[in-house]
Amino acid sequence: MSLFEIIRFALRGLNSNKLRTTLTTLGIAIGVSSVIILLAVGNGSSKAVQAGIEKLGTNTITIQSNRGGFGGGRASAARAASSQPLTVADAVALSDAVNAPDIKQAAPVAGANVACAVGTNSSTPGTFNGTWPSWFEASNTSVKQGTYFTNDDVTEGRHVAVIGNTTATDLFGTSNPLGQEMRCGGIPFTIIGVTEKKGSNGFQDGDSLVVAPLTAVQRSLTGYNNLQSIVVQAKSAKVQDLAQTEINTIMDARHKVKNTNNRDYRTLNQASLLQTTSSSNSVFTVLLGMVAAISLLVGGIGITNIMLVTVIERTREIGIRKAIGAPKRAILTQFLIEATILSLVGGLIGVFGGLVGSHFKIVGVQPVIIPASVFLAFGVSILIGVFFGGYPASRAASLRPIEALRYE
Amino acid sequence: MSLVIDVQGAVKQYGVGDAAIFALDGVDLQIEQGEYVAIMGPSGSGKSTLMNIMGALDNMTKGKYFLDGIEIDTLDENALSVVRGRKIGFIFQSFNLIPRTTALANVELPLAYQGIKGKERRERAMAALKVVGLADRVNHEPTELSGGQQQRVAVARALSTRPALLLADEPTGALDSKSTHDLLDLFDQINAAGRTVVVITHEDDVAQRAKRVVRMRDGKIVSDVMNR
Ligand SMILES: Nc1ncnc2c1ncn2[C@@H]1O[C@H](COP(=O)(O)OP(=O)(O)O)[C@@H](O)[C@H]1O
Ligand SMILES: [Mg+2]
Repeated sequence: MSLFEIIRFALRGLNSNKLRTTLTTLGIAIGVSSVIILLAVGNGSSKAVQAGIEKLGTNTITIQSNRGGFGGGRASAARAASSQPLTVADAVALSDAVNAPDIKQAAPVAGANVACAVGTNSSTPGTFNGTWPSWFEASNTSVKQGTYFTNDDVTEGRHVAVIGNTTATDLFGTSNPLGQEMRCGGIPFTIIGVTEKKGSNGFQDGDSLVVAPLTAVQRSLTGYNNLQSIVVQAKSAKVQDLAQTEINTIMDARHKVKNTNNRDYRTLNQASLLQTTSSSNSVFTVLLGMVAAISLLVGGIGITNIMLVTVIERTREIGIRKAIGAPKRAILTQFLIEATILSLVGGLIGVFGGLVGSHFKIVGVQPVIIPASVFLAFGVSILIGVFFGGYPASRAASLRPIEALRYE
Repeated sequence: MSLVIDVQGAVKQYGVGDAAIFALDGVDLQIEQGEYVAIMGPSGSGKSTLMNIMGALDNMTKGKYFLDGIEIDTLDENALSVVRGRKIGFIFQSFNLIPRTTALANVELPLAYQGIKGKERRERAMAALKVVGLADRVNHEPTELSGGQQQRVAVARALSTRPALLLADEPTGALDSKSTHDLLDLFDQINAAGRTVVVITHEDDVAQRAKRVVRMRDGKIVSDVMNR
């Protein structure tokens, strides 16, 4: 009996039991596509968070004052009795090329919490910074429309401002904000630039933003000795740790820190934030992978179930075939081909479904396919299909015809 | 005349120890070419067991079985399938057609397993279906046929390979009297063409058609007489 003939038998077998064929194919297809999509969603969300954090600048270190930190008031005052505020002089010291060779630049930031208004529109920016032009590079913020303010603007204390996209829309709607004036805490600022969209980093909207020259903000809104933070940029992500050490050495000396466990300032490191989130994201992906594995298992059990339910009928059929002279090899080949076609077609449909499904946003996440997951899901489903289709058939084919005919 | 079937001291045991059942308890049976034999006996007397052994569908615990001079117990799986396909046509009480498969495809099946292809296979299957009077039902599936028609498809399937030996285990058990009559006529015709026919039956009028009647009881042959 030729292979071609056996393949025809297999196709006829599949065709003659359409319900079984459809259910098995469907089971495999759903198993495969859900594994692919679930893993793509996990991967996609991890990629999105990572990209969000990278936008903040990976070699940036932020120094904040521990003075009047949480809760302000007496408790922290008692803890760091000898504490000093962050000053512009600190920022200047950190920019010293000799003492801080791995620091590219440092920008002092005075933060205000004020509402801005234009006519009847108003908006309270999530971040209102008075700072130096170097802040833009240090914080990985670029101006998309208009210009940055200059050192000259800082020296002169000019009332100009660069604003974020959200603030621009809140205050000016669709009209061009450049050259227009807004009032923040009653103080007028002329808009000279709008920043590139940053999106959300998961905690706050990076585009709800006003940045103005330090001197102007200090003079009119915050006063002179109360910096909110100093943003420091390391020369590269690689020397971030060195830069961190230099910061501590310089700041400890300047602030007369005796006990390094009780500093009057603290540092926030974007790289470590990135590390934490990406490791928590890989935990998330592993979790999703487990969900996927379980769904593959459930799909596999479904396939197995459908295949086993038909074992009685198929075993009898094999008994009949043997009784009329079918060689064992021909029976085995036929049933293996049937199982292979079923799992191949199901697997391919599943891969197709997974690829198509991954194009759509799922709960706000754009899935990013992990290529290995496609092969894994496809391979496992084929294995399950071929094994559970082929194994009962091979067992039945080894029985004496009369045993197979009596099987129940 | 040569022996088609030569069963010597056949024993078939199910279970062991106290639970042992001897479905065959030392059976000797010789059947010559062209004979028409009916095997009778009460239910459980071992008729089917003997028939399955003669059809190479089952093995025995003890004894020897020669089919056309070949000792069946010594054959391997492959040789057995050749014997089942070419030498024997087996008809079951429950028809045992392949479900959801047309009458023609069912009859073609044993031919296909022998490597007979295309036109010749189709023609031989059609010819066999014509012999059993089902030329107009070739594209019907088993569920679209009556019991009598299904059994005739099974006979056509058994005949399609032109076996020397036709074995039938209560072939009329599930049929009405008209179908029974038709089927027995068919057996007469097959036997008249020179084929050896062995039929298991409960019914006396079925046994009357045969030329020899073998009676069994408790796994043994208790009588073996020629009709007429
Ligand atoms: N697979 C089996 N397992 C155990 N006992 C069996 C099996 N097949 C048949 N028997 C026993 O063997 C005896 C003969 O059975 P069988 O040949 O089918 O009888 P008959 O066809 O004459 O009615 C019976 O007692 C039956 O119970
Ligand atoms: Mg019986």
